Amino acid sequence: MTATIEPEVGKSRRRKEDERLITGRTRWTDNIALPGMLHLAVLRSPFAHAKIVSIDTSAAKGLPGVVAVYTAADLDPEGAIGMPCAWPITPDMAAPRRPVLAADRVNFAGEGVAVVVARSSAEAHDALEAIEVEYDELPPVLDLEAALAEDAPLVHEELGSNKNAFWVFDSAEAGTGGNVEEALSSSEVVLKRRFRQQRLVPAFMEPRACVVDPTGAQLTMWSATQVPHILRVMSALTLGIPEHRLRVIAPDVGGGFGGKIGVLPEEMMTVLVANKLGKPVKWNESRSETMLAAHHGRDQIQDITISAKADGTVTGLKVELLANLGAYNGLVGPGVPILGAFMFNAIYKIPAYHFACTNVFTTTTLTDAYRGAGRPEATFAIERIMDELADELGMDPIELREKNWIKHEEFPFTTVCGLTYDSGNYEAATEKAKELFGYDALRREQKERRESNDPVQLGIGISTFTEMCGLAPSRVLGSLDYGAGGWEYASLRMLPTGKVEVTTGASAHGQGHETAWSQIVADQLGVPFEDVEVLHGDTQSSHKGLDTYGSRSLVVGGIAIVKAAEKVVAKAKPIAAHLLECSEDDLEFSGGKFTVKGTDSSTTIQDIALAVFAAHNLPDGVEPSLDSDATFDPENFSFPHGTHLCAAEVDTETGRVKLRSYVCVDDVGKVVNPLIVEGQVHGGLAQGIAQALFEEAVHDESGTLTTGTFADYLLPSAADLPSFTTDRTETPSTTNPLGAKGVGEAGTIASTPAVVNAVVDAVRHFGVNDIEMPLTPMRVWNAVRNGTPDAGGPGGEAGGGLGSIDASGGAQ
Amino acid sequence: MRITVTVDGTKYTDDVEPRTLLVHYLRERVGKVGTVVGCDTSNCGACTVHLDGHSVKSCSVLAVQADGCEVTTIEGLARDGQLHPVQQAFHDNHALQCGFCTPGMIMQSIDLLADNPDPDEQAVREGLEGNLCRCTGYQNIVKAVRDAAKHMSPGAGPDAEKIEQANHVGVGGE
Ligand code: FES
Ligand code: FES
Repeated sequence: MTATIEPEVGKSRRRKEDERLITGRTRWTDNIALPGMLHLAVLRSPFAHAKIVSIDTSAAKGLPGVVAVYTAADLDPEGAIGMPCAWPITPDMAAPRRPVLAADRVNFAGEGVAVVVARSSAEAHDALEAIEVEYDELPPVLDLEAALAEDAPLVHEELGSNKNAFWVFDSAEAGTGGNVEEALSSSEVVLKRRFRQQRLVPAFMEPRACVVDPTGAQLTMWSATQVPHILRVMSALTLGIPEHRLRVIAPDVGGGFGGKIGVLPEEMMTVLVANKLGKPVKWNESRSETMLAAHHGRDQIQDITISAKADGTVTGLKVELLANLGAYNGLVGPGVPILGAFMFNAIYKIPAYHFACTNVFTTTTLTDAYRGAGRPEATFAIERIMDELADELGMDPIELREKNWIKHEEFPFTTVCGLTYDSGNYEAATEKAKELFGYDALRREQKERRESNDPVQLGIGISTFTEMCGLAPSRVLGSLDYGAGGWEYASLRMLPTGKVEVTTGASAHGQGHETAWSQIVADQLGVPFEDVEVLHGDTQSSHKGLDTYGSRSLVVGGIAIVKAAEKVVAKAKPIAAHLLECSEDDLEFSGGKFTVKGTDSSTTIQDIALAVFAAHNLPDGVEPSLDSDATFDPENFSFPHGTHLCAAEVDTETGRVKLRSYVCVDDVGKVVNPLIVEGQVHGGLAQGIAQALFEEAVHDESGTLTTGTFADYLLPSAADLPSFTTDRTETPSTTNPLGAKGVGEAGTIASTPAVVNAVVDAVRHFGVNDIEMPLTPMRVWNAVRNGTPDAGGPGGEAGGGLGSIDASGGAQ
Repeated sequence: MRITVTVDGTKYTDDVEPRTLLVHYLRERVGKVGTVVGCDTSNCGACTVHLDGHSVKSCSVLAVQADGCEVTTIEGLARDGQLHPVQQAFHDNHALQCGFCTPGMIMQSIDLLADNPDPDEQAVREGLEGNLCRCTGYQNIVKAVRDAAKHMSPGAGPDAEKIEQANHVGVGGE
């Protein structure tokens, strides 16, 4: 057997996962069909807020194919089963019980009120229509500020308020920095802005689904989840099922982006029903149900104040947030804004910082983690206000950033939040990005267009960013009252034939773990890439773990693999010494081979695997096994960073925005697979740009979601996006043996402010200094018109004139 | 209603309800679960298959409309263990992540290349407008389609499928 010599880590390996995915041999949850399987469909409330007066299921029960119809009274008669929240951010956080099915009251449009179980999915859905529910409508609670008023209608009457929690961090109190009020009152420039983070839909392409089989020795649950291990423990706790009798499998999962992090009432219902009937049951949802009932993301109002000296040195930052949680606490929903709290200071040396957040309940779909969770929101606000500050001071926005960022030689650097950034080189990334972008030439073109009153104006947007990746050091999570640790697990088995089986607790849903982990193992053990098989997403094979979110897979899960491999090599060493009849001290291991120093006497780790299997000739006291386990708990986060530049063309006559070029230089530390990293960046950019330009989940005044399908919710297609120019600098993290930093969320975090900054920059000379996201043609057009001093002010419908642009093409 | 449909070269005769969508027929009756459902408004394109050699969203076609037709799904593309050039190009260019949109993307791309064997970037982007992907940002998909164009032998589009399928039936019978 030959061992590979050329390192695998760093190679653009094409993915092992692809073969089944491009040939249609994938195992999606919805593909699973078991003998005698029944189908479950959920009747959902059409009202945002209502009392349930009565539910009549008798007609539905008699319909063809219908096996059973259940309401809360049948499934959860004691009202004991409430959905879990793992992140009680303050001791007094309000925690209303979220039932699996609404019993006497619905609190958002889409909340489940009854279920039908039938022989086919079509029959189950038909029967939903025959269930009669009488509702008594209550006033919806939608506006975040109004929800906090004294006399506001209450989402949960028993709480006496719509406030979930108030969470605060102050650098003076924490001893990590100065007093913000002093900074604000003593600075030459103070700028205050309100930004809105619109509500978004994660919009993974595979809708959620779950199959439960209660007929075996264990209860087996397949779910399109991104957190099978968390789902297992939470289901056990929620339903009182002994954990060892429950096996959770996340087969191939069609995207998650945080949107599949929840523990779902639908999953709990399916278990309850399957147990009641003693038959396998499948639940799969339509896209419109996903839009209504899977959690949403973002949805914050951000009041941000920054102070600076006249030369641009930032002196203080104050952030006050209102965060919309929707109707209940999601699994980690209350903590999402808190994740952002540590990122508002971004890459800057900010001497004084105050952050306060009020989480608010409304009668809307829950919000919870969505790609970046908290960090995109924070980065948006700081990067937008830095641009506004630059404008205020008459500085180039890059110059202002340079003035304030942490210099390369200042790392490690402890921020005003108390986090220590281990490494970074903002200068290098920015320099490279500027060059690729052609910054100076584009600025010149911008000037020309302005001077010639070109109807199409050019804007340049910059966004520099960092984020905390690799969630997370367990003790940090503990200090933030998060309900679990942040370690990750791996195990590694050398098989008798020399092949390697690796299990990871970081369950993948499109990130390419099977490929990247194989590369890591190939290098660690010196075995061929093809000889490694990665197992994940099944609590029976990868029996421990904390799953995939927060760009934690590589920097936590990947390191666990490195540790497991090191243990296997350590186990093999005495055996190698025994077989080669030398002392362990005389051995060196490289390229998969143990060699007696200074000789050509050697044996491979794959040969040792066979010797261990045979166990005929092992040293005394050595167990016949080349298996190992490792659990890695990071000592610190990792902090990828980057500089993104966007050139946007804005048609001032139509409000249409066209992205002319987008350049990003990301520093994600040491890269395992450049191909995968680039793909992650592309996908992230598309999501962040979509927030800037296209996407918004909208409720009407009755609380009905009016963007409930892909026909109304503007997910961008290929035709809506440009090609991106991506590049990298590589500043290894100093806190993990791979030097990796994490990449999954980078593109999303940095791109939204880059695009908005570009569009605002394009039309700033019309007096525009902000446009609310998404920047639809109508909003941009209105901003141009209303921002223009001589445009005649607001009012009028589409078609009105445009300040310095010829107004004659307007109203018809 | 009784329908006879040739799917990936095999002829099936089945009784279906008039309301059954082609995608559900393919998934639930024929077992072609490689074709997936991503939406209920015909917006996402995840369910795209070829019907008599042209791409259709199989969630917007009734199974009865496929009576007497030939359907090719993602599972019928690879021949004799050889990936279709578009499948190969998706793999080579990392044009997929979670892979849920991928069957539909590949089927649509083949149709696109049949219409325009050498599309520029804009033509690919417009040709894929009806297929949504949440993971890739589309850039590598566009790259893959243009790469495949270089490797497609003339006639390797849906029309070729149709001819080959006719042969399949002739050879394999029922
Ligand atoms: S499932 Fe057919 S277009 Fe979405
Ligand atoms: S690869 Fe995941 S949706 Fe396209």
